[in-house]
Amino acid sequence: MNIIFFLLVLVLFWQGFYWIGVDIFRWWKPYAVPSPAGVAERFITLLKSGTLIEAVVNSLVRGITGYFIAVIIGIIIGLLISHFNYLQKNLKPIVLGVQTLPSVCWVPFSILWFGLSANAILFVIIMGSAFSIAISVDNAIKNIQPIYIKAALTMGANKKQMYTNVIFPASLPELVSGLKQGWSFAWRALMAGEVMTTSTGLGQTLIMGRDLADINQVMLVMVVIVVVGIIIDKFIFSVVENRILKKRGLA
Amino acid sequence: MALIIKGLSKHFKNSEKATLNEINLEIKTGEFVCIAGTSGCGKSTLLNLVAGLDKPTEGEILVDGNRVTGPGADRTVMFQEHGLFPWLSVIENVKFGMKIAGMSNDVQEKRALYYLEMVHLQDYKDYPIHQISGGMRQRTALARALSMDSKVLLMDEPFSALDKQTSNMLREELQKIWMETKKTILFITHSVEEAVYLGDRVVVLSPVTGSIADIIKIDIERPRHVYATEFVNLRHQILAEVRGEAV
Ligand SMILES: Nc1ncnc2c1ncn2[C@@H]1O[C@H](COP(=O)(O)OP(=O)(O)OP(=O)(O)O)[C@@H](O)[C@H]1O
Ligand SMILES: [Mg+2]
Repeated sequence: MNIIFFLLVLVLFWQGFYWIGVDIFRWWKPYAVPSPAGVAERFITLLKSGTLIEAVVNSLVRGITGYFIAVIIGIIIGLLISHFNYLQKNLKPIVLGVQTLPSVCWVPFSILWFGLSANAILFVIIMGSAFSIAISVDNAIKNIQPIYIKAALTMGANKKQMYTNVIFPASLPELVSGLKQGWSFAWRALMAGEVMTTSTGLGQTLIMGRDLADINQVMLVMVVIVVVGIIIDKFIFSVVENRILKKRGLA
Repeated sequence: MALIIKGLSKHFKNSEKATLNEINLEIKTGEFVCIAGTSGCGKSTLLNLVAGLDKPTEGEILVDGNRVTGPGADRTVMFQEHGLFPWLSVIENVKFGMKIAGMSNDVQEKRALYYLEMVHLQDYKDYPIHQISGGMRQRTALARALSMDSKVLLMDEPFSALDKQTSNMLREELQKIWMETKKTILFITHSVEEAVYLGDRVVVLSPVTGSIADIIKIDIERPRHVYATEFVNLRHQILAEVRGEAV
């Protein structure tokens, strides 16, 4: 509740500044400054026309699809890196390096390969998050307390049993936070991809706002991107994370 | 012989001298053998070798005639730190080894309850690990180790992280449990009192040579009492040996 009050005050201040700076003193041009009222007006218009919902749904579907593929690829690479010493030594540094590339760097490459299509965006999402997921998987496994492994070994666990009964559950808390971070990378990569290509979605709506010189629409889309990101983080990842930690007495 | 250790040596790469030197020891089925020695004399190293968690530089270890090449369920270890899995409840932890061994759910349940009762934890069976005390955790680990019914049970100072009172209580329980179950146990401790209290024999390791300094047979009737004259005398004698070797 506190935060809602805080946000309300923030919006009031924002409207106040707009009123003083644009309406009264005319320091700034109206098309250069978004206002809460203007954003709300765009919100209602785009909601009524269905554009906004369509954009959110399109982006989410695309983002989630890309993310799932990235999770699968990331987990596979992560497991390989953690399991084989050779790959740990030789492949991991490369993965680590590639992971530092901002996802927008993949856009030109992606467009050359896939054109201005939805696949181009998927590619950017996957490249933007799979490697970070791979690294978190490797780290999560590395940080398992050795005593768990030793205990299971002296109870006769074979390799497969070790993975399913010890390594997976032991690394789960870190794995989930790695997946959560992977999602935030995927979401950013999605926007980078959408802004550069022409498929309908939040990124495209944002660019449309720019083309129409409609700063309120630009602001609106940015707010929506933040809100969707927060909702997924708080209502999916953080919930799962907290449940796991609580069960183990870590939260 | 349940366990035969033959000419066992361990020389860590980065250390000057061998930590363990020509260790020879035979443990009969149903025997309780304690290894005593000062800190750093190689007790845990010996246990890790028997457990198969590390490889000897020389020598071999036989369990029921089979050469040890790696860790296995025939040599379950109870560690100083409980090593319980925090994502499982008390009873699930006890069942872990049996599940790995592929026992049916019914058998797992029955045996887990049997051993939990033995360590007086039946009322806590569904508790998560983080909600039980340190002593209870070690009891859970004991139940888990017992439930494996391995040929040799290895224990590396399992009670030394606990407070004195809890530790004394647990060793008393372990004595009782051993009298009932007659498991073959190799028990490591830095406490001579604990060794004399629990063992059929006490093996004193020398930190200087890395070999066995002495093996003392403890012929005191069980249940033993730490204040009995016989007990106190033996304890002093062994303590002197352990200290004498340490200088
Ligand atoms: N992995 C290792 N690499 C190198 N040296 C080791 C290793 N493990 C143990 N050592 C050395 O071997 C010696 C014996 O260690 P060990 O842990 O067996 O002693 P301990 O008798 O169990 O002592 P404590 O009573 O303190 O547990 C020590 O000097 C230690 O430094
Ligand atoms: Mg030790």
